[in-house]
Amino acid sequence: MAQTAKTRPGTMRLFDALQYRLPLAGLVSLLHRVSGAVLFVLLPFAIWMFDTSVTSEISFGSFASAFVAGLGFVPPWAVKLAALALIWAYLQHFIAGLRHLWMDATHSVSNDFGRQSALFTLSSSALLTALLGAKLFGLY
Amino acid sequence: MTNNHGSKRLVVGAHYGLRDWLSQRVTALLMALFTLVVLLQLLLPGELGYDRWAGIFAPQWMKVLTFVVILSLGYHAWVGVRDILMDYIKPVGARLLLQVLAIAWLAGCTGWAVQVLWRL
Repeated sequence: MAQTAKTRPGTMRLFDALQYRLPLAGLVSLLHRVSGAVLFVLLPFAIWMFDTSVTSEISFGSFASAFVAGLGFVPPWAVKLAALALIWAYLQHFIAGLRHLWMDATHSVSNDFGRQSALFTLSSSALLTALLGAKLFGLY
Repeated sequence: MTNNHGSKRLVVGAHYGLRDWLSQRVTALLMALFTLVVLLQLLLPGELGYDRWAGIFAPQWMKVLTFVVILSLGYHAWVGVRDILMDYIKPVGARLLLQVLAIAWLAGCTGWAVQVLWRL
């Protein structure tokens, strides 16, 4: 016991954490936190969009023009980029959340299911983000 | 008697954290339902302008659902942010400050969103 106590590595630092292999399920877990934090930070932007888009026809016009002419000193590409961040974070958090609920409800806790569903979560959210992002930036 | 305070408090046992865990899932289900309701109406055919978008939030049941979702979002985000702060911010003073700021942030956002909904 005494020997073990002596050789304990101490508090884990970010550098130590980065030395470990991160499985796909772990990546989804990490991104669930990251996307949640992004949504938390962008909450005022989301409410601003809700506010201006539903309040009146005039405010809807200023909502739409923010994506064309910018918003105050913020250029339009930055508004679009913030919207894209919101889209990715929402999709990632939503799909990963459904995965959580599914695993809670069905007790699907096998290694294989964790990997497969993580792969599905990452790829479907990336694909939908790319589709909506291309639309947002006027690629089609 | 269970010891639930001080340095020798019981930190494991039945129902510890169950309320937060369960409320995060219940609020998640409500928000998922809201997302599907909005998404399905957006995917209906026809041009998407102000009238159709505002029309989605016109019925009374949708206003009630949106109100419930706004409150759910605030609580859900609080549980999540609290988890993140508990895991990564170790100094007690800094954690307390950030938790207070997070509560103020979420309360402010919730109030603003309710205010928007109220005048529709």
